[in-house]
Amino acid sequence: MNPELQGRVFPPTAPYLVGREKVREFARAVFSTSPLNFDVEAATAAGYNDVVAPPTFAVVVQESTLAQLLSEPDAGIDFTRVVHGDQRFSYTRPIVAGDELTATLTVASVKSLGGHSMVTAESSIVDSTGAHVVTATSTLVVRGDE
Amino acid sequence: MTDLTVGDIIAEKTYHLTRDSLVRYAGASGDFNAIHYRDDIAQGVGLPGVLAHGMLTMGVAVQPVVEWLGDRGSVVDYQVRFTRPVSVDATEGADITVVAKVGVVDDAGARIDLTVTFDGATVLGKSQVRVSLAGA
Repeated sequence: MNPELQGRVFPPTAPYLVGREKVREFARAVFSTSPLNFDVEAATAAGYNDVVAPPTFAVVVQESTLAQLLSEPDAGIDFTRVVHGDQRFSYTRPIVAGDELTATLTVASVKSLGGHSMVTAESSIVDSTGAHVVTATSTLVVRGDE
Repeated sequence: MTDLTVGDIIAEKTYHLTRDSLVRYAGASGDFNAIHYRDDIAQGVGLPGVLAHGMLTMGVAVQPVVEWLGDRGSVVDYQVRFTRPVSVDATEGADITVVAKVGVVDDAGARIDLTVTFDGATVLGKSQVRVSLAGA
């Protein structure tokens, strides 16, 4: 992997509009039973504008930034050797339906470890006002030659 | 809420994943990597067979905490390390067990530590959920 990737900032992704039915679909897929994920009345009673997305929903928005990284021409990342090592979400506020979210990826670090490479990618996700919502951080391990 | 004690188990739950669960998660998340629904492709890259998406395991594992929280607070930080894959047999499926224990209590809320196991082994490491608690 190209060590000069470290510190690189990618262009912001196109805005992602969080749909109410998408939130419900994702919530069902992760076995959620929370009324906040499904029921608009329950969500508004709790102070939200619409249904609340599950904590890992941000990966849907983050995904397009990881695609940018993997397809970067000079990155030297062999997609078929990539393993997901770590994942983290740090929230300023929960994502709710109606949010229009934009993600910007920064390569936080590139390391080599015993023939493997590790890249840590931080995607900062903001709403249409530019206010921070969540940062999604992935560490990808690129396996070396066997 | 203020009577939380470090070491308390706040939730324990087992989830039964099937191939159907994986297809449903693929559609919901947009992760259509074929190793999550085709044995031949999974085996072609040296895996025993179809695996659950790591992000599905992560997403399911936090649900007992979300249920426990209700509308009293929210998840402000959630991290995991993927330490072992979850093989999902075509007929048997796979059972994932989550134990959620209080790790830290402070002014901001609490840190809940998850132990997530499949087939007797831990599949997520350093699995920690930071929650804010109203009135904490």
